[in-house]
Amino acid sequence: MYQYDQYDQAMVDARVADFRDQTRRRLSGEMTEEQFRPLRLMNGLYLQLHAYMLRVAIPYGTLSAKQMKMLAHIARKYDKDYGHFTTRQNIQYNWIKLEDAPDILADLATVEMHAIQTSGNCIRNISADQYAGVAADEVADPRPWAELLRQWSSFHPEFTYLPRKFKICVIASQEDRAAMRLHDIGIELVKRDGIVGARVFAGGGMGRTPIVGPEIKDFVAEEEIISYVEACLRVYNRYGRRDNKYKARIKILVSEIGVDEYRRQVEEEWAHMKTLGIDPPVAELARIRAHFADPAFETGLSDEIDRSDPDFALWVDSQVIAHRVPGYAIVNVSLKPIGGIPGDASSAQIDLIADLGEQYSFDELRVTHAQNIVLPSVKKADLYAVWQKLAAAGLAEANLDLITDIIACPGLDYCSLANARSIPLSQKISERFADPARQRDIGELKLKISGCINACGHHHAGHIGILGVDKRGSENYQLLFGGSGAEDASLGRIVGPGFDEDGVVDAIEKATNLYLDQREQGERFLDTYRRIGIQPFKEAIYG
Amino acid sequence: MADVISFRDDAASQEPAVSVDSFAGQSNATAVRIEPGEDARALLPDLGRLSLVEVNFPAFGDGRGYSAARILREAGYTGELRAVGDVLPDQILAMRRCGFDSFAPRAPIDPALVEARLAAYPDVYQKVAASERPIWSLRHG
Repeated sequence: MYQYDQYDQAMVDARVADFRDQTRRRLSGEMTEEQFRPLRLMNGLYLQLHAYMLRVAIPYGTLSAKQMKMLAHIARKYDKDYGHFTTRQNIQYNWIKLEDAPDILADLATVEMHAIQTSGNCIRNISADQYAGVAADEVADPRPWAELLRQWSSFHPEFTYLPRKFKICVIASQEDRAAMRLHDIGIELVKRDGIVGARVFAGGGMGRTPIVGPEIKDFVAEEEIISYVEACLRVYNRYGRRDNKYKARIKILVSEIGVDEYRRQVEEEWAHMKTLGIDPPVAELARIRAHFADPAFETGLSDEIDRSDPDFALWVDSQVIAHRVPGYAIVNVSLKPIGGIPGDASSAQIDLIADLGEQYSFDELRVTHAQNIVLPSVKKADLYAVWQKLAAAGLAEANLDLITDIIACPGLDYCSLANARSIPLSQKISERFADPARQRDIGELKLKISGCINACGHHHAGHIGILGVDKRGSENYQLLFGGSGAEDASLGRIVGPGFDEDGVVDAIEKATNLYLDQREQGERFLDTYRRIGIQPFKEAIYG
Repeated sequence: MADVISFRDDAASQEPAVSVDSFAGQSNATAVRIEPGEDARALLPDLGRLSLVEVNFPAFGDGRGYSAARILREAGYTGELRAVGDVLPDQILAMRRCGFDSFAPRAPIDPALVEARLAAYPDVYQKVAASERPIWSLRHG
């Protein structure tokens, strides 16, 4: 994986000193909270309902065991001994003291980490396919491109005060595991005439106006990707709406002027930008790519897995994904224990996963947008040992992509934007569907909960989505069906009137019962919904 | 004009700036002020007669002026480029990089703080101004 050179390290060290000075000016009263706010936000420090929250960047979701252990250290030393992995492949700490924040950033900098690009109206931390580099179906590793974009977008002076935040995602396979088309810019690496380039989508997003991003460019060569994306950003910075923060994302600009007009403006700007010498040389991407060279995979390994322990066999069937190298497997570690808080992990659990990554997965870990952790390259012969250690730490839930593998935002338990709580509802759903056999019978069902219209819990992209709203002072939940963040991206549709917390759990049960009754061979919940439509579900729920 | 912080060798311009609209019709005007939302490229045909372009920041969070500044510098404008309005000390580095070389902040800024802010980072990741040597260039000679 990528390692800083002296330039990268100097920039992050400078940021630590910079923020220490800004915090000092705030604490001494030299700066007002209003003036400090945008500065702390650029360092990922939010003021939530009860305390400051610090969001730490995990670029494209990849990190080393040492970095993972630092995340545990921060949870232990500065927070309440746990952290929360987010839908942006980052981690956040919910109980931070302002005066500790500079020390936390200093600790992070010792392991090449930071909180840059985790907040503010700038280009945010770049996300990517969590199986990058090891997936059997990708045309190239998307992480070198993501790292190139990370460096380009870090402290970009022209794009520090965009109309709104800006999220970029890079994938490299037809199967979309990262909700790429629901990003402000989505990049899919494709191969044309044997050359890898970028297919670019723009104007996707969730929030109160969800849109699946349209394609704006079929192919951009690697030596021109920076100038192309810079042109996309300049057009957005100049013409994105600033009169209403709810209409300020690029998706509104693209849909108001039309994708053809946006594309035309970008092409015009790009033609100009290509003359400025702003594209790094091909050698830079090659330098970065060398950091992502394969680890020392062994050859001649067996693909056999001893399935004689039935609990282990179930876990393998659920959590283990095909690796592109024979004898190896991709392991998903569920952070969704029954009745738990999606994405939360204690410092002891984080340490344990880090140890497993170090010992069994070439010192590498991934965070997924579904709030789980991945050990990307585990020898099949080691799977049983890994499973036993996970099970001993309460981390061996076998529910990947099942109904209890719930994505949920922090909701009203923490977030000052939320209208309703997400966590207790996700716990109730998880408990209702706890029976492993029942979950497996229902099969793949992506359930996503947001506590407000901002959609951090990706409810629009859930096969079942839940949106918490405030209905005359009480928490109310709307149910949506038919969304998908995958390569068959679609937006969920509201089923009907909302429910209270228990009501929505009952409604989901009625819907899954209808699905079990109606499904045809091989159909997922989403497929059955798409085939029979919303009406039978309405009747089952409200009839 | 006492409050103008300038990074130019020549004296800060005293010329009153006219609006973009009236500039087009006044062939003797040499100073113009761009408001957010106005197209900096409208000035490109007349860059030769300009000695001062002011870019107004009514609110610090409106970043359109950064693009306006860069567009003017990319087109070869070498006259004074002044950020006016809600300009904060922590923004001056980004503004300098986009091409601003003088500042008329609404609230006075301590020059020592400006100096410290400008020296906060050792390098840059992007080539934004023609004179900048980004990290990728340092790496590859």
